Amino acid sequence: MRFSVTVFPGSNCDHDCEYVLRDVEKQDVQMIWHKDTDLKNPDCVVVPGGFSYGDYLRTGAIARFSPVMKSVADFAAKGGLVIGICNGFQILCEAGLLPGALIRNKNIKFLCQSTYIRVEQNNTPFTNACKPNQVLKIPIAHGEGNYFIDAAGLKGLKDNNQIVVRYCDANGQLTPESNPNGSLENIAGICNVNRNVFGLMPHPDRSAEDILGSHDGHYLWQSILSSKVGAK
Amino acid sequence: MAWHVSVYVTLKPSVMDPQGATVQRALNQMGYKAVTDVRVGKFTELEFEAGLSEADVKKQADEICDKLLANPNIEAYRFTVEKK
Repeated sequence: MRFSVTVFPGSNCDHDCEYVLRDVEKQDVQMIWHKDTDLKNPDCVVVPGGFSYGDYLRTGAIARFSPVMKSVADFAAKGGLVIGICNGFQILCEAGLLPGALIRNKNIKFLCQSTYIRVEQNNTPFTNACKPNQVLKIPIAHGEGNYFIDAAGLKGLKDNNQIVVRYCDANGQLTPESNPNGSLENIAGICNVNRNVFGLMPHPDRSAEDILGSHDGHYLWQSILSSKVGAK
Repeated sequence: MAWHVSVYVTLKPSVMDPQGATVQRALNQMGYKAVTDVRVGKFTELEFEAGLSEADVKKQADEICDKLLANPNIEAYRFTVEKK
């Protein structure tokens, strides 16, 4: 598959994504500067983590107006696969490609740690290689990962089965203690109604090899590789 | 002379404000026991060319808040316009 990784000023996981896709998953990867509008015909767009525009104003608020994001929105509207990781998730929410917002962590600390997430939906192009309720060990690194959506929005997420992964303990239990950042209902990642856009705070780009402490991120990349969905 | 717009962006009441809660705890610890709630928001100043009408300034300021300065999912905003 061909992956295009967007690069904003302040992105810092763009090379993690490039590495995991090219060297670990053995796929074609191209980097797309945020001022470019040509996505170079990818099968999947990756909006990586980092601190685009220094997190000024709100995380992702300025990046979402970069020229490349118009192309990403068009690509998503045609059914193309888009995954946003960490700051990428924040950007997709700001851009309106995903509902809700990521606000300051409940304990106002920047959290850099291993977390467990439970696959709530494996009928998405991003999780189809996972078993139902599979527990994945994937690290987080963020200061604003506290997912919020209003009551009507939360109902919409549930009605359409858009809550894809939730923070849990090692046994898959959804406990308050296993929710690192105060996210509403332990939400760690969601997809859009059409299921071709996915955002999550944990980093599958940093967890696809045993030497990094976990290879569970590999399941998400493997899902994308085995999915038949693509831009029309 | 130019139009001076003061924009106040605040988290909606339904959104938790961990920063405000931390500031409140600090204030209470400092002895300001009467402070029962703190909400931290953002204050932004915009300058517009003097040639615009007040209605145009308000219209543009409104758009700017909706599109960029505030995230309607979590924040509310208000602004004042004055000629300085």
